[in-house]
Amino acid sequence: MHDTSRLIVIGGSWGGIQASMKILQALPADYSVPIVLVLHRLRNQEGSLQELYEKKLLLKAVEIDDKAPLEAGHVYIAPANYHVLLEKDHTFSLDDSELENYSRPSIDVTFTSAADVFGENTVGILLSGASKDGSSGLKHIFDKRGTAIVQHPGEAEIATMPLAAIHSTPGCSILNVERIQAYLLTLHGH
Amino acid sequence: MKPDPDELFELEVEALIKEIHTAYGYDFSGYARASVYRRIRRFLGQKHLQSIEDLRKFLFTDSFFFENFLQEITVNVTEMFRDPTFYKSLRENVLPILSTYPFIKVWDAGCSTGEELFSLAILLDEEGLLGRTKIYATDINQKVLRQAKDGIFSATNMTAYTAAYYAAGGKRDFAEYYTSNYGSVKFNSSLVRNVVFYPHNLATDSSFNEFHLIVCRNVLIYFNRALQERVYQLFDESLVDLGYLALGKKETLAMSGISDRYDFVDKNNRIYRKNS
Repeated sequence: MHDTSRLIVIGGSWGGIQASMKILQALPADYSVPIVLVLHRLRNQEGSLQELYEKKLLLKAVEIDDKAPLEAGHVYIAPANYHVLLEKDHTFSLDDSELENYSRPSIDVTFTSAADVFGENTVGILLSGASKDGSSGLKHIFDKRGTAIVQHPGEAEIATMPLAAIHSTPGCSILNVERIQAYLLTLHGH
Repeated sequence: MKPDPDELFELEVEALIKEIHTAYGYDFSGYARASVYRRIRRFLGQKHLQSIEDLRKFLFTDSFFFENFLQEITVNVTEMFRDPTFYKSLRENVLPILSTYPFIKVWDAGCSTGEELFSLAILLDEEGLLGRTKIYATDINQKVLRQAKDGIFSATNMTAYTAAYYAAGGKRDFAEYYTSNYGSVKFNSSLVRNVVFYPHNLATDSSFNEFHLIVCRNVLIYFNRALQERVYQLFDESLVDLGYLALGKKETLAMSGISDRYDFVDKNNRIYRKNS
């Protein structure tokens, strides 16, 4: 069953690739909720995260094209040097305006936009990272009654990002990677 | 139930877009909403305004304030040699073919403050084509066109631009192209001696010439699908047979009605060629 009325958005920085890889490897090829992945990386970096995920995941990993529609069974990877926004018709809009929190893509930008469109059906997951990007976006998801999850700081390679989010959204769920996997599997097919 | 403040904001933005069209003639109805909301929220924050209602008071009484607003809403963030592999590909795959024409016409659509324009001009110069190329540099915004004409950029980005220039296959000492002065650099005006600067609104204006190459990178991402389609038709009308169309790295003709008439020259860099 496809469930494009929901959206999972995952953000991370340093250590975020490994953590997100572990989480996503557990999901089946027909996983019913589309997933958007926003990771900080070097600007103008040509080497492709997409290939890395494509090799290791059952899900289809694609780098986001402007106006591409959301589909189940996909992990949508934010391209280098663009912010990623969600439109009401469940398509992506890319944006190359100013950096936010010294980052483009910025996790805050995507989390905030996702919550504006998907409201309580947004699941935001913030992973390891050496930045405070993502915490205001996660708070926005929480305020819109979505699900706000933060990787356990004790497990994160760099705890700055999880700690900043826990500080700004005390009501978030603090889970380790295994529990995050288990939670995402409960959303499958519903 | 109390109306959701975000829904209210969105309704107010729709009304505002209509009012701007009536008062100033700029039509934003085809702009991608996610981005419009973000730009307006950002502008409100910068100007310390609480609501759209507050914004309206200034917008329709102060045309200078409106200019300012226009510049914020139409994103003008740009850089030289953005995506060096794109410029390298243009140099290797497109310019050799363009060099077979006696006279070359290029349209830099949405040229903003000119960083892309000067990058293109440098490329054409190094391939010996600048003297017989006419570039039409257009933008919706007159203010940025004036900046583009001056070719003055902040010196803070020059290290990054220099690296990008060499990654794009630059053949000279990049510093030959500009002079530095108190934190700014001014690019040689000879680079733009054959450039026509021209206000043009992709959302409402029509085709005005025929081109061998149209460069429009990361401009259409701010439009919705319907407006993008209009612009793709406009580009199609404005390209000679076998002409080239260069889009941003994550923009695609795939969903457009003209896609059948275009082949990839470089898929990674989204350079297309009209096949008839």
